[in-house]
Amino acid sequence: MTRIAIIGGQLLDPASETLSEGGVFIADGQIIAIGAEPLGFQADEVLQAHGSIVCPGFIDLSVYLREPGYEHKATIASETLAAVKAGVTTLCCQPETNPVIDTPAVVELIRERALSAGRAKVIAFGAISRGLEGRVLSEMYALRRAGCLAVSSGRKSLANALIWRRALEYATTHELSVVVRPQDLDLSAGGCVHEGKVATRLGLPGIPVSAETVMVAQILALVEETGARVHFSCLSTARAAAMIAEARRQGLPVSGDAAAHQLHLTEDAVEGFDPMAHVIPPLRSEADRQGLRQALAEGTIAAVCSDHQPHEADAKCNVFAATESGISALETLLPLTLRLVEEKILPLPRAIARLTLGPAQVLGLPSGRLTLGAPADLCVFDPEAQWTVDETNWLSRGRNTPFWGQRLKGRVRYTLVDGRVVWRA
Amino acid sequence: MSAADMQLDSQGRMRHFLTVEGLSRDWLIKIMDTAESFSSVTQQRVKKVPLLRGKTVVNLFFETSTRTRTTFELAAKRLSADVLNLNVQVSATAKGESLLDTIRNLEAMFVDMFVVRHPDSGAAHFIARHVAPHVSVINAGDGRHAHPTQALLDVFTIRRHKPDFTSLKVAIVGDILHSRVARSQIHALKILGVPEIRVVAPKTLLPVAVVESLGVMPFCDLQAGIEGVDVIIALRLQKERMQGAFIPSEREYYQCFGLTAARLKRASPDCLIMHPGPINRGVEMASEVADGVHSVILEQVSYGIAVRMAIMVLAMGGAE
Repeated sequence: MTRIAIIGGQLLDPASETLSEGGVFIADGQIIAIGAEPLGFQADEVLQAHGSIVCPGFIDLSVYLREPGYEHKATIASETLAAVKAGVTTLCCQPETNPVIDTPAVVELIRERALSAGRAKVIAFGAISRGLEGRVLSEMYALRRAGCLAVSSGRKSLANALIWRRALEYATTHELSVVVRPQDLDLSAGGCVHEGKVATRLGLPGIPVSAETVMVAQILALVEETGARVHFSCLSTARAAAMIAEARRQGLPVSGDAAAHQLHLTEDAVEGFDPMAHVIPPLRSEADRQGLRQALAEGTIAAVCSDHQPHEADAKCNVFAATESGISALETLLPLTLRLVEEKILPLPRAIARLTLGPAQVLGLPSGRLTLGAPADLCVFDPEAQWTVDETNWLSRGRNTPFWGQRLKGRVRYTLVDGRVVWRA
Repeated sequence: MSAADMQLDSQGRMRHFLTVEGLSRDWLIKIMDTAESFSSVTQQRVKKVPLLRGKTVVNLFFETSTRTRTTFELAAKRLSADVLNLNVQVSATAKGESLLDTIRNLEAMFVDMFVVRHPDSGAAHFIARHVAPHVSVINAGDGRHAHPTQALLDVFTIRRHKPDFTSLKVAIVGDILHSRVARSQIHALKILGVPEIRVVAPKTLLPVAVVESLGVMPFCDLQAGIEGVDVIIALRLQKERMQGAFIPSEREYYQCFGLTAARLKRASPDCLIMHPGPINRGVEMASEVADGVHSVILEQVSYGIAVRMAIMVLAMGGAE
């Protein structure tokens, strides 16, 4: 196994939220030393990290890799390459593939494809219900044995509160976390943007804040009864974040994440009917953005995810409501997180913790840490390097991003997965 | 780019007519003045002028319409344009051809203007963004977003009776939430300086944040809402609103929001009664009001032709 030394960079430890000088030394796919070079260490390769930050690789709690079933949008190979270019070493894919991830066969197919692509690690979230149809529970024991760490409802829901209760109980039986993208599908029916001032002016059907808070309230009540471990993914409202913060204070085993674009964009991005700003949950009000940022700084939002949803060009070439929702977001994840540091929402080490340790703890993963014996999933990035979001720099198949054409700051120089260099700029 | 920015070219000429929002007061007055000049044409024995001779106008309707389509057709014909009427069922486009392909195919037939109605907000804007430089797009209603020609004919009608917009109080009564007409009217009235615009509806049919986003005062009580107003615009109540649980019944709607002669006593004595049509008598208003002396509902229809002629001529003037 290759021995690698990363030297000259600033080491960022998400657990202590500190920066220090020193090297990281890797053998057998693990971190074997941090700081000074161990005696007798003979590196096969030395990576120079001067002017850069060395930190654990990023763990993205919500992505859509489009395979199997939607290979015209993207593939596991194309998107895991985009991921490692962005410093992401672990991707958690939502179960809305075709067929959905409700059998071990689909989990294995995804694992196989990820392995043969040889870039980022892919963790499949199992479907919470068979076919994601919301009525019959999926075979969670089988999914767990196949490697799922969590079950998710994706952008769907379950038919009623009783089935939610059963699903939470049954997932707990098999020690599975439950990932919920909270949205009451009746309250959101027909909507495509935040129900607010822009929706009113443009006459676009709105999705009220209550579509999210009603679902969060319902799930929290059921968590109180069942003790299920629930992770609320892709939060969009300040109110829901506050409800989750309160539940955590009461000791409920719940956590949350938000997509990077929710921490920056608001409903105003929809102006001019820009289909690139068509995303579910919708971009909300300025007050929501502020509330989410505060929840991120405080830790209620433990992770920033990309909610990466690559699309083919045609999917976005239509009248706003008829376009498919979603943003291709892997490659903007780090720059947008760094922008939060620049805007003084949280210090750099804590911001990186939200991309590493935070999501690792949500799923109980050993990665996301800069500690001895941790898997050598690492990212070396230059926080000052600027680049333009354009075809020369973009690797995802999906070019559907509202940041297209913009200058962003933060560029990955090296990405390592299990001690192997999988990306070099 | 917002719809407002797209509709004027770099020389400030009109290129498309997509929304009232963002147009200047001068533009609205220019449209109304041009329409005035055409209103005599529509009453002549020979009702034609050659301003659009040799031009091809396509009425592209993805949603059924009688009044708007007919008045657009008449307007185009009185301008001597060739007119093609296309009713495209949205279900048919969903089956195969995309909206963009439909547009591209029609463009290939060398048309000069699209008059578009579509059930989705932003449709006219989308088409305008993708058409060839010589093609003008006129929005004949997109989803809940805008119906700018209707708004122009409404303010044209108001001006005929009450020329000083800056002293008016206007109430718009009915399904504001789903109404593109209301949104365009509000913009037009504000641009022309109307100091007080009220929207009157049950809470289920009022959009959120109307004050900050549209600058109008919401009322849930008809009597209070029409107190002292100079113009009342009633909106059509779609039959399907009962299904979405917006209102329990037409009967109850009429009891609360129907305009009757007795209720109109709260408004200014010479209050104009308007409606974009088609009217549901006994739902939005009583026949005594629809046919009453202050009703200008049929005038609205007549003026619709002159106003649409004006807009077509102005928009074609900005095309390359």
